[in-house]
Amino acid sequence: MKGKVIVITSGKGGVGKTTTTANLGTALAMMGNKVVLVDTDIGLRNLDVVMGLENRIVFDIVDVVNGHCKLKQALIRDKRFESLYLLPAAQTKDKTAVTPHQMKNLTNELRKEFDIILVDCPAGIEQGFRNAIAGADDAIIVATPEVSAVRDADRIIGLLEAAGLTRARLIINRLRKSMVKRGDMMDIDDIIDILSVELLGVVPEDEMIIVSTNKGEPAVLDNNSRAGGAYRRIARRIMGEEVPLFQGDEAGNLVERFKKMIKLAR
Amino acid sequence: MFDIISRIFNRETMSSKDIAKERLRLVLVHDRSSSSPELLNALKEDLIRVIKEYLDIDEDALVVDLANEDDSVALIASIPVRGFRRAVNQ
Repeated sequence: MKGKVIVITSGKGGVGKTTTTANLGTALAMMGNKVVLVDTDIGLRNLDVVMGLENRIVFDIVDVVNGHCKLKQALIRDKRFESLYLLPAAQTKDKTAVTPHQMKNLTNELRKEFDIILVDCPAGIEQGFRNAIAGADDAIIVATPEVSAVRDADRIIGLLEAAGLTRARLIINRLRKSMVKRGDMMDIDDIIDILSVELLGVVPEDEMIIVSTNKGEPAVLDNNSRAGGAYRRIARRIMGEEVPLFQGDEAGNLVERFKKMIKLAR
Repeated sequence: MFDIISRIFNRETMSSKDIAKERLRLVLVHDRSSSSPELLNALKEDLIRVIKEYLDIDEDALVVDLANEDDSVALIASIPVRGFRRAVNQ
């Protein structure tokens, strides 16, 4: 048992689980880790298109657990990084095509070959979720600063705790500084306060994410993407480095920082 | 009176994120209590244990639940008392 299995989950759909998986996986591979991305969203697979690997799929996760092919045959190597692989979901089956027990065996197989196994969890709390967390050592929760996403994240934290995953960490995705500033979006402190969970990172709203998804090239490859930069920093934090939440102008100007210091002191 | 005035005043000046926080806080109390009823049950058992030291109560008729008020959640306990003890049990 060498590799570490990390599930990326949220409860609510559309908050950026797949984008987060693709970007963190790519960033971790860029840092020299041997990484595999596992898409467990059977029936609604998308990690392949976000990674730009949709044309290379021959076998999928259901073929592997049913013994229709060897694990190695289903693993797709990334175009850009030799140490990055994708295990795609099946598109024609449903979530019951795999059981939590099979997932546990599968992740244990992957541990032997990879340093990091990132499991992209489907939305919801049904079998797809139970499959995705079955073999996980750690969990990353993705939530946007919205009432619905935070509420679902709270439910997911409870379910993860019940499954023994007590050290889940949170990524706040699509934060809009301008809306926070005028009091129309919950800030980082508000969300952490409500969920009482450890913060792993914050990803700013960034149009470049859509551009990068259009092209099938994760934003971490683009040095001009603010979201890409945030994901690169989160990847370093996953590896245990101490990295500031924000870099340079993301933290706002001096006045803003000063205001924040006063707020903290009070 | 002051409470009402301050409440009206607050609603108007409250930013939408504060409304979001407040609504989330309340909804999560209910979500958490309904998704883990064992917590409320454990509380109920502890309550019975403590109260029995002082009062003779009807355990079967005891009700402990969360109740919604306007902008708060309250823990409501209805505990029928059969009698009062003469002295504290040591």
